Amino acid sequence: MYDMNRVENAVGQDEIKISARNVQVWYGETHAIKDVDVDILDKTVTAFIGPSGCGKSTFLRCINRMNDSIPSARIEGEIRLDGEDIYDRSIDPVQLRARVGMVFQKPNPFPKSIYDNVSYGPRIHGLARNRAELDEIVERSLRDAALWNEVKDRLQEPGTGLSGGQQQRLCIARAIATSPEMLLMDEPCSALDPIATGQVEELIDHLRQDFSVVIVTHSMQQAARVSQKTAFFHLGSLVEYGETDEIFTKPQDPRTESYISGRIG
Amino acid sequence: MTEQTTGSPTRNHDWNSEQFRKNLARRRRGEIVLRGFGLAAIGLAFLMLAILLWTLISGGAQAFRQTHVAIEVPISAELVDPANPADGNYRTVMRDAMQTTFPDADPSELRALAGILSNAAQFVVRDRVVDDPSLIGQTVRINVPTSDPYDQLNKGNVDIDSDEALRRLDDTDIAAFKQLQDEGRITLPINWALLTNADSRFPELAGLKGAIIGSAYALLVCFLISFPLGIGAAIYLEEFAPKNKLSDVIEVNINNLAAVPSVVFGLLALAVFLGWFGMPRSAPFVGGLTLSLMTLPTIIIATRAALKAVPPSIREAALGVGASKQQVVFGHVLPLAMPGILTGTIIGLAQALGETAPLLLIGMNAFVTAAPSSPFDAATALPTQIFIWADSPERGFVARTSAAILVLLGFLVMMNAIAIYLRSRFERRW
Ligand SMILES: Nc1ncnc2c1ncn2[C@@H]1O[C@H](COP(=O)(O)OP(=O)(O)O)[C@@H](O)[C@H]1O
Ligand SMILES: [Mg+2]
Repeated sequence: MYDMNRVENAVGQDEIKISARNVQVWYGETHAIKDVDVDILDKTVTAFIGPSGCGKSTFLRCINRMNDSIPSARIEGEIRLDGEDIYDRSIDPVQLRARVGMVFQKPNPFPKSIYDNVSYGPRIHGLARNRAELDEIVERSLRDAALWNEVKDRLQEPGTGLSGGQQQRLCIARAIATSPEMLLMDEPCSALDPIATGQVEELIDHLRQDFSVVIVTHSMQQAARVSQKTAFFHLGSLVEYGETDEIFTKPQDPRTESYISGRIG
Repeated sequence: MTEQTTGSPTRNHDWNSEQFRKNLARRRRGEIVLRGFGLAAIGLAFLMLAILLWTLISGGAQAFRQTHVAIEVPISAELVDPANPADGNYRTVMRDAMQTTFPDADPSELRALAGILSNAAQFVVRDRVVDDPSLIGQTVRINVPTSDPYDQLNKGNVDIDSDEALRRLDDTDIAAFKQLQDEGRITLPINWALLTNADSRFPELAGLKGAIIGSAYALLVCFLISFPLGIGAAIYLEEFAPKNKLSDVIEVNINNLAAVPSVVFGLLALAVFLGWFGMPRSAPFVGGLTLSLMTLPTIIIATRAALKAVPPSIREAALGVGASKQQVVFGHVLPLAMPGILTGTIIGLAQALGETAPLLLIGMNAFVTAAPSSPFDAATALPTQIFIWADSPERGFVARTSAAILVLLGFLVMMNAIAIYLRSRFERRW
């Protein structure tokens, strides 16, 4: 059984989910992302690390086109999801975001009920044919987000009434309710206490079975704990990308080494 | 030279020294002076408010009561047809009533006594009979309002010792009134006519009904125009319009529009609505249109502020699960901004309710003795009614002016209370 899982994982890990080539991002005159090439694998947790302001969030937000809503942002280069150019005119960003879910730094549930929070995505995308199916999606998403047991008796209560860690797991449930292929997480634990952080990290490890997960983190311990691949960004460039173990034990680039040893950032 | 000179700083401060104590005392004095100024300012503001309310209440309270006199009214079937009591000859009924009430008076005395009754007395009798036709054929005791000079006399506003020639009531009038008082015919009940009557030449009959309905129609029109237009404009400017030179210019102009003196909007309405489009003068509909010119910028500014106050994390959350721009705005941002929008709207409408100048320019200070039955009928509004009454010389109108101001203030306080209630009812929930 264990072996089979490993085999499956191994197969999954070779599949490229996102392939980015020559990606450039400008905010007005600011060149925030410079010439980034990266292949992000399926069923893998990839960590983006780097000093603050180096462009981790910016690059992450290119993957689900969240930067489209920033008027001054300009993106060049090519990002392919399963070989399909996501900046092609035939791609509607609204649908892309159902396929590439996102979890933000600060838990941001809607000021609505827990049920409405989770069911919102499936409803607007028409993923359920009736109420029973919607109920099923809500339950499955909350179970996958390891929140079901805590909220199953109060689905109609406001999501904003939960604790910080529960709110963040609710946001994860909301993001996976549309059955995305990828999950982007921008410092999902930075507003959480250590116990809630542990729960979310455990959840991320579990989600890897179904999704490709990209997590931005400023905690190198966290990157080491949850990720298989790590990308180190510095001043808008992707400096080094590889197996997490190798990045942390024998970094190739001197900038990576000094960041990891705490000399920059 | 190991001694320290005065110029170089030392580390060993003597916190009890004269110098430090002086410094401390100076700072403390500054604080006391500042607090004193603040208290004085607030005290002055309260004093002004108290003076305003005191003058209004002391001057206007009398108008909330009206002197009535009880007379015996014989209602004969010859004068009032039981089949059609509304069309009776009440003028003659009143003459009979005077004779019945004062059997000993000769005709010239009767004429003088008739002056005690308000000109509206016959309508009061008519309404009683219409309500209860079984009174026909009986002699009924009915309370009717007195005319204004006697009302003032009863309220103690006439100096009996002054020169008789300078008074509207001579000594015989006063004696006759005293007689009625002694007979227990004079009462001073609450003056509901102030709210249920329209305007009149006679202060004892004049009421605010026409003005209240006129104001209500004008505010309704103003709301129906400025609320949807204002929210629509604000949503477009805040959420959809590209941020460029043009939108900057529009923004500056909307802010300027909110600061334009209202009389200018009145002139504009006079030229455009009445001049070009030939809309009726004095109509609450046109008044509402004019007021909406002023309310619109207020609502746009309040709505934009409320939209801006919705945290970006909510927009990101909705965008992140694939909501379209329109779904984000109407499904998430607008509901959260609604309390702020409603508060701004009510405050804008409250401003409009008190606005006088533009309504004067479109003729809403006409003398209209019937309440409007539609927004297109000629009418006054509360502030213009106050303006008209303040201009009238009769003593009765002086008190009614204050009373009308109190009614207007009452409506304003009510609207602001609703705004406060809404704001606290829909506390921010994120
Ligand atoms: N909306 C924006 N408008 C202009 N500049 C931005 C915006 N967002 C980020 N930047 C700039 O882009 C650079 C990268 O930012 P970001 O991606 O947020 O960094 P990180 O997430 O690694 O801390 C920074 O210099 C930041 O100032
Ligand atoms: Mg960031």
